[in-house]
Amino acid sequence: MAKQSNGRLSSPQELEALRASIIKTGDAQKPCITVCGGTGCHSFGSEGVADAFEQEIKRQKLGDKVDIKVTGCHGFCEKGPVVVIKPKNIFYQQVKAEDIPEIIAETMVKGKIVDRLLYTDPATGKKITYEHEVPFYKEQKRLVFGSNGLIDPAVIEDYLAIGGYTALAKALSMKPEAVIAEVKKAGLRGRGGGGFPTATKWETCRHAEGDTKYIICNCDEGDPGAFMDRSLMEGNPHSVLEGMVIGAYAIGGHEGYIYVRNEYPLAVKNAQIAIKQAEKLGLLGKNILGSGFDFNVKISRGGGAFVCGESTALMASLEGKVGEPRAKYVHTSEKGLWEQPTNLNNVETWANVPLIIKNGADWYGKIGIRGSQGTKIFSLVGKINNTGLIEVPMGVSLKDIIYGIGGGIPDGKKFKAVQTGGPSGGCIPESLLDLPVDFDELDKAGSMMGSGGMIIMDENTCMVDIAKYFVNFLEGESCGKCLPCREGLKRMSQILTDITEGKGKEGDIELLERLSATLIDTSLCALGSTAPNPVLTTLRYFRDEYEAHIKDKRCPAGVCKALVTYSIDEEKCPGCGLCVKACPSEAITDMGKKKPVVLDQEKCIKCGACYDVCNLGAVIRK
Amino acid sequence: MTTKNKPTKQKISSILDSYKRDQGMLVAILQDVQAEYNYLPKESLNQISEGLDIPMTQVYSVATFFKAFSLKPRGRHIINVCLGTACHVRGAGRVLEEIGRQLDIKPGETTEDFKYTMETVNCVGACALGPIVVIDGKYSGQMKTDKVKTLLESYD
Repeated sequence: MAKQSNGRLSSPQELEALRASIIKTGDAQKPCITVCGGTGCHSFGSEGVADAFEQEIKRQKLGDKVDIKVTGCHGFCEKGPVVVIKPKNIFYQQVKAEDIPEIIAETMVKGKIVDRLLYTDPATGKKITYEHEVPFYKEQKRLVFGSNGLIDPAVIEDYLAIGGYTALAKALSMKPEAVIAEVKKAGLRGRGGGGFPTATKWETCRHAEGDTKYIICNCDEGDPGAFMDRSLMEGNPHSVLEGMVIGAYAIGGHEGYIYVRNEYPLAVKNAQIAIKQAEKLGLLGKNILGSGFDFNVKISRGGGAFVCGESTALMASLEGKVGEPRAKYVHTSEKGLWEQPTNLNNVETWANVPLIIKNGADWYGKIGIRGSQGTKIFSLVGKINNTGLIEVPMGVSLKDIIYGIGGGIPDGKKFKAVQTGGPSGGCIPESLLDLPVDFDELDKAGSMMGSGGMIIMDENTCMVDIAKYFVNFLEGESCGKCLPCREGLKRMSQILTDITEGKGKEGDIELLERLSATLIDTSLCALGSTAPNPVLTTLRYFRDEYEAHIKDKRCPAGVCKALVTYSIDEEKCPGCGLCVKACPSEAITDMGKKKPVVLDQEKCIKCGACYDVCNLGAVIRK
Repeated sequence: MTTKNKPTKQKISSILDSYKRDQGMLVAILQDVQAEYNYLPKESLNQISEGLDIPMTQVYSVATFFKAFSLKPRGRHIINVCLGTACHVRGAGRVLEEIGRQLDIKPGETTEDFKYTMETVNCVGACALGPIVVIDGKYSGQMKTDKVKTLLESYD
């Protein structure tokens, strides 16, 4: 390692010298085994896989020939643990610790592929050897997220080797106004939900009067079903940090906070490591790269309140107060944290900034479509074959995402809806699948981009239940400060609960619509004013399901407990007894071998345990 | 055995000092205290209020506002059932009910022997693995009702 890494870099030239020495020390052609260490793969046991690789490399004394690296999230969580072998990018999926000796012996020593660990394309039945040929990755444009798989997030040298902090050095050589102008020209819009033009926010904050200006990174990713901010912060924290320093320079702020959910311990840890490393190299702290510009960043952990994703509530929480929002007569960019001008952007927005500065606004503007430039990371989850994180240029159609990258719906089920935008968003039906995904089109459909959660629902999802789920969620998360949100959501939840329990009556739908209009018009913050979206979109596109619940006392999807009965298909049931063991209320009786079981409706608590365990489809849910 | 350790004045003091008694760090301080004792003991709240020179009402309102905090002692093992949307559509509700049935407690409650506390979380951000149950920070993905019993039995 070069000498400079022990001390602070005092000029862009020293940064480049350090980078050159890192690249020279490393050997790009040396095979490197990368093991995904994202939360998904971690839960599938990737830590054991990485340990096994290290031991095996040691045992076979291959340390000089093979490198091993635990990287950030690769995105294809469904197939974890994921192992990619560089430089050829051989892609192994669902790797277990016991597979390691074979991978080392075959692939690393003999250069042969271990066939059984390859991904099989369900569409063609063909095995695929290389990462970039897997359909899940092929259709993506991973500008922001792609580096996750190349670097160890805890090693700043890895980030420097792929061109990290080049954008910062460039920005520091520009005038702050020019940096803002570049971001404005690129058309960057906030990736956290609102889609507000980032440069406009920066400009207001730069011109606002105050003793100090604060720069905040919002990593309080509260939308259920979205985890791209987590994966970026865990997998490539320096890209976020670099974006923050550039923003701080453009705005003229010297103090920064990263507000992270406490549920994301690895994100907290990796951000802490990144801050320390950047400080040590003089990329953070006093006199950054000898430019005379100072910027410090602290980490603050959230306390688990959804409303703290709202900027004023987040700032209240940073001040050690209850996370209640306030009316925004005065914007936070003028008076925010501690009454000082404050600029808040979310993780993904910050991570886009270095790309814009490094490659220029003209390059960036060519990605995506007019009005929604750049890429967006989505979490593709729910009833979909290829679950995971994807990054696509904005403007791609929902159909391409769901059927192209996502590989369609599992178990031959029928697609019903895709929910976007978290609890503030809405459900989009099959008839709108050709919709291009961008900020404005999703708004028009009654939903929103939000932070990028895409939850796929199939025919077994009840849309009234989904509306109830979100309203209950928001009722629980409402801070209680303003009446329409506090009381309105409570009433909406009661009405929806009645409908799902078969107690719905004529006029309930109209009442829901009236309450929704009141919430939209009169709530204090965005939590309340967007809360009716899940109800309104399901009413707009799936009104017949509401009517089936209310008029026919029937749940077409077979979800609402009070409206569902379980029975046994005597022709299909071989009497294996699996359901008998699973039933918690002893409602199912074993009638002997090869005879169908008998279900006692009186004792049945409708928990669905029998339905879950039966692989033969002999339990009927109606 | 309700708490990991008995609250001591010195411990709370050292947590306060580690944040330089900064009033803005209240949430972080409460998190550290809870990490130490598994819940927020009453005496610790009093000491934090005095130590940071902020009214007890503010400490109490923050401690009750955020979901992460508990004012009651919790069990040795904390079960968090994720009820995020992705987990919900994959049947998390039924997993939650099954754990509740096995342990005879409702969300937010603790078993009589203080072995388990069952809580729910809105999303743990590992949606690909849903439904997810997190016990003491360890993730168990793709949960099904019939896997609950074995999972619970693996803890002592």
